[in-house]
Amino acid sequence: MTVRIIDRRFDSRNKSSVNRSRFIRRFKGQIRKAVAEAIGKRGIRDLDNGEKVSIPGKDIAEPQFTLGKGGVWEQVHPGNDRFTQGDEVERPLGGGKGQGKGAASNEGEGMDDFAFTLTREEFLDIFFDELALPNLVKRQLARVEEYKRVRAGYTSTGVPTNISLTRTMRGAAGRRIAIGGPYAAKLRELEEALDKLLLSQREGDPEVEALKREIAKLRAKIGAIPFIDSFDLRYNNRVRIPQPTTQAVMFCVMDVSGSMDEGKKNVAKRFFMLLYLFLSRNYEKIDVVFIRHHTTAEEVDEDAFFHSRETGGTVVSSALELMRDIVRTRYASGNWNIYGAQASDGDNWNDDSPKCRELLSESILPACQYFAYIEVTEAEPQNLWQEYERLAASHSGHFAMQRIATVTDIYPVFRELFRKRA
Amino acid sequence: MPPTKRRRPLPEGSEWSVPAIEQYDAAIGETARHYELDCYPHQLEIISSEQMMDAYASIGMPVYYHHWSFGKHFLSTENRYKRGQMGLAYEIVINSDPCIAYLMEENTLPMQALVIAHAAYGHNSFFKGNHLFKQWTSADAIIDYLVFARSYIAQCEERYGEEAVERLIDACHALSNLGVDRYKRSPRLSLEKETLRQKEREAYLQAQVNDLWRTLPPALAKETAPEEKRFPEEPEENLLYFIEKNAPLLEPWQREIVRIIRKIAQYFYPQRQTQVMNEGWATYWHFTLLNTLYDEGRLADGFMLEVLQSHTNVIYQPPYNSNWYSGINPYALGFAMWRDIRRICEAPTAEDRAWFPDIAGSNWRDTFDFALRNFKDESFIAQYLSPQLMRDFRFFTVLDDDERDRLRIDAIHDERGYRELRQTLADQYNLGSREPNIQVWNVDFAGDRSLTLRLFAYQRRPLQESHAAVLDHLAYLWGFTVRLEQQNDDGSISLLGEQQAEKRRRA
Repeated sequence: MTVRIIDRRFDSRNKSSVNRSRFIRRFKGQIRKAVAEAIGKRGIRDLDNGEKVSIPGKDIAEPQFTLGKGGVWEQVHPGNDRFTQGDEVERPLGGGKGQGKGAASNEGEGMDDFAFTLTREEFLDIFFDELALPNLVKRQLARVEEYKRVRAGYTSTGVPTNISLTRTMRGAAGRRIAIGGPYAAKLRELEEALDKLLLSQREGDPEVEALKREIAKLRAKIGAIPFIDSFDLRYNNRVRIPQPTTQAVMFCVMDVSGSMDEGKKNVAKRFFMLLYLFLSRNYEKIDVVFIRHHTTAEEVDEDAFFHSRETGGTVVSSALELMRDIVRTRYASGNWNIYGAQASDGDNWNDDSPKCRELLSESILPACQYFAYIEVTEAEPQNLWQEYERLAASHSGHFAMQRIATVTDIYPVFRELFRKRA
Repeated sequence: MPPTKRRRPLPEGSEWSVPAIEQYDAAIGETARHYELDCYPHQLEIISSEQMMDAYASIGMPVYYHHWSFGKHFLSTENRYKRGQMGLAYEIVINSDPCIAYLMEENTLPMQALVIAHAAYGHNSFFKGNHLFKQWTSADAIIDYLVFARSYIAQCEERYGEEAVERLIDACHALSNLGVDRYKRSPRLSLEKETLRQKEREAYLQAQVNDLWRTLPPALAKETAPEEKRFPEEPEENLLYFIEKNAPLLEPWQREIVRIIRKIAQYFYPQRQTQVMNEGWATYWHFTLLNTLYDEGRLADGFMLEVLQSHTNVIYQPPYNSNWYSGINPYALGFAMWRDIRRICEAPTAEDRAWFPDIAGSNWRDTFDFALRNFKDESFIAQYLSPQLMRDFRFFTVLDDDERDRLRIDAIHDERGYRELRQTLADQYNLGSREPNIQVWNVDFAGDRSLTLRLFAYQRRPLQESHAAVLDHLAYLWGFTVRLEQQNDDGSISLLGEQQAEKRRRA
């Protein structure tokens, strides 16, 4: 009798996925909190990975009636190395390695944090969930009309530069063989007959002459087959297929003056992350330029962007000028889709605000796919806002602005963004 | 001893293949038959590590209902496995007929052979032979029952909503460790018999009461109005059974789910009671079967070294003061005990003859068979733990009394300590003393229908803090207020907790 061996390796692998998603659904509140903390620590480009999160163990405990520590317990342990009957020793036994040994054979209640890894999808789900983005928006991709030419076989018409030599010559050779084949066979036949005839007859014999004429005629025919014919020409074919352009640059402009506190920066960061995510679904390659400013602007790396804090006043135009210059020097070729996102608490020197509007409408917006401005504040709008409002009216579809008090307000900005090419 | 004629050596190398596994299974099976191991037929299933983690999460069952808690277990296993904090157990075996043993694809050929010997022959024969498994589980029906359970629960989810079902299952899981019958229920009596019995009881009680009255002053007798019939008449220790049969507000489908979870808890009860015996037995047999094959010259040296290396890891018992110590390793204790029994049978010392007159020098296979069939951990240890073994393990008892400042060593592995040591260790494996003794004490049928549980505190051991959360679950199931009382050793009663039922929305 041979044993039954069943190979189950190719059975469905995700038997636990239902249970897993139920677990996540059930503890969404806690996981969301953990995700929020994790986002604080992440780089904004780091959205493609899952996330290790941990949630408090007591929240997810499965309680049962079990015995706890206390009362009288008598336990047997192995490895006696020093005790004799009647000895008394201090608690805990074994030099206090602190594993909760001794008292209960039952496991203590797991109050440690419960750590596990969310997949990227689960992470994004929760991330989006908090931002209250509907599924529709999450999936939709705004298409950018740009075409790419790709090879699509060969055609018989085209321009000379596209001639495919190998294909053409192959076709010509085939044609020559196909057309010349019967003549060549006949020729061989006649030459054999001539050779045979010459064994018995002399040169000049009418029969021989006739054969020779025949052969010459055939040779002429074969020679008349063109080496290459216009019929043979083949051209590489290329077709245009629509293609989202593959590269974009995203400018993150943020006010880091004294009035932008950590909370406001955090909201801004969420906004930048979301924009990055949106772009990353459309473009293969994304550059991110971080510009921070107070009275002067400078380009910095991500870490300095989010984590340094400056003091002093605010001149927004300095940042916009820098952005304009960077666009001109580095991203001017037209191969780049340029996105701008500006976050500020709305403070600006009054004189400077009209200048900002001018900069945007004259130099920046014409080069941009989209520019979004968010104002993270609960205070009354100031003159920067008012100036920008005029822009929004004249550049609708290109320019969006939103006032944000909490994280959940970020969504409307995105609705704007997605609606644009929907 | 098996015949020693030279036979073809079995395949070598670390890569396994299906034909190689077949050959090993045949060879191990032959040896097992030679030792007269009585097994269910088995099938081997080859799975990936991910599937092994799936199996972990559903307690090894090939089919199981869905619940978030299994997702939680999966996540934590996955996390620890991926970070290298734990290896996966290399075997899971299912007590069914045919017995299913999983082989993980990552394992080497020697490991596969070890698992086959351990699970497909060792555990398998234990499942078939031990009285607890025979009495409490029906191996031929379990898979079908689980299939039924899963589809039934899925249907309920569809009909009544996942939330409602989840709430119910949460509650049942909270009570599942106290949802088992410890003793066989007597068969249900017919109504007629039941009424008859009940009358008899009443008459008997009445007689008792009359008897009492005779000696009491007439005025006092009047006050003792005929007492309300108690419900339940006898305390019930199977909480889930009581809920299933008596909870007033449960809908039929809810009762069925309570029953499903109770049945499954019951199915696992023998495993919890026979850990030492069962693991020891399987370990003993993989050791013996493979060694026999090696002695016959059928296994390569390298193969045997890998097997022994793994075997040694499994039966390692760190001493109490080691960093790795976390209680007694059931594999180590069980394996040592079975080996020791064989030693007592085959080469008893004078001490063994004094302690085990009935088995010293007997046929070891018969003794094994008897021990396999008729014991559980507690009684097995009480019966067979020898002084030799206690010395080998250097066992000692520690008395931890929270009213005393220091721990006391009551017994060690010496002449005076053997019996106490053995008794203490046996008691340590008595589920009855490891788990709280909580019983359904009373239902106030005349009043607010509240349910009272009573904890019989043994050795002043308190309940874990989480009991309030469990009461909450119980209140959900019962539908009215539930109370938990504690009866102490001195007979005094104190209230541990009370939980009102939330208003139930009628579906």
